[in-house]
Amino acid sequence: MMKRDECLKVLARRRSNEIVVAVWKAAHEWIHISPSDLNYTFVGAMGQGASHALGLAVGRPDKRVIVLDGDGSLLMNLGCLVTIANAAPRNLVHCLCENGVYETNGSVAVPGAGRVSFTGLAREAGYAKVYEFSLLEDWDRALDRILKEDGPIFIDLKVEMGEDYPEDFRRLYSIQHREAFRRALKNA
Amino acid sequence: MDQTLKADEIVREVKRAGIRIVVALPDRMTSEHLLKPILRNPDFRVLQVCKEDEGISICSGLYCADQRALLLIQYTGLLDSMNSLSRIAVEGQNPVCMMVGLLGKEPGVPPAQSKRYGLRIVVPILDVMGIEHHLIESSQDVSKIAPAVERAYANSMPVALLIGREPA
Repeated sequence: MMKRDECLKVLARRRSNEIVVAVWKAAHEWIHISPSDLNYTFVGAMGQGASHALGLAVGRPDKRVIVLDGDGSLLMNLGCLVTIANAAPRNLVHCLCENGVYETNGSVAVPGAGRVSFTGLAREAGYAKVYEFSLLEDWDRALDRILKEDGPIFIDLKVEMGEDYPEDFRRLYSIQHREAFRRALKNA
Repeated sequence: MDQTLKADEIVREVKRAGIRIVVALPDRMTSEHLLKPILRNPDFRVLQVCKEDEGISICSGLYCADQRALLLIQYTGLLDSMNSLSRIAVEGQNPVCMMVGLLGKEPGVPPAQSKRYGLRIVVPILDVMGIEHHLIESSQDVSKIAPAVERAYANSMPVALLIGREPA
């Protein structure tokens, strides 16, 4: 099991100009760990992060799009795995921060916690590549290679809560920041 | 007045609005003469979704990537997508352009006066949400499509184009 923020720091160290779509707890942490106008946090409704990312990936095939999803979120929109695999964007990397709980909503366990195979679901849906990591050193070692591969790629990151980061939903859903994202993407 | 609705005129108008990406979940009312020809049309890319609320998010992502899109769904899918519609499209100020088949609407009857409960509530719900909507039921209505799409993108707000009869 990896601390989520440590896991995200590994990704942040490799980040160049990728779009990162982040949801809920991962989003609160990511905007501090890797601040950038190319952070997209305006997903608005639970479960929709990967679908926003698909739109971005199709709209900007020249840019790599990385999603930082949650297991509670993905369970709310499982069909997106099939939609994404069917659209087959080569530039989409779908990272799942699997912690087994609805962390924002009181850390109640998600249905099927520890039993559902998200990699199995993604593989059978038709993702081009599927990975699973539970050790930080393995994730650190593999990431450079993975980021050069064609997608859609699904990565299940087995995580637990790490350091506490401040919650700021107003920032995550701010229209002002969304417009800054649009301008930044136009120039990227 | 021409009481028919021609699918090729709708497609032409959608193209006139600068739309080349259609996000769709088949609707019995529009699939035969609208979605199937669009799927065969090399001018369009179609992203098929498993659930309509995915489409609201995909269109929002495409908007940020400077791409126009049309979400082609049935009214039942619209009703099923209320949370995404309110949080992402309206509050998130995303110009999600929806073409919504009103399956089962009686010809010539305004949706709010339909005998079907599900159809009757569509327009009042859109009004409460502050979403611009237009009934597209005859050839005369088709010319409303492109200006409505333009307004949606100019104002960063969603729009619903309600297909009131099966296009031929």
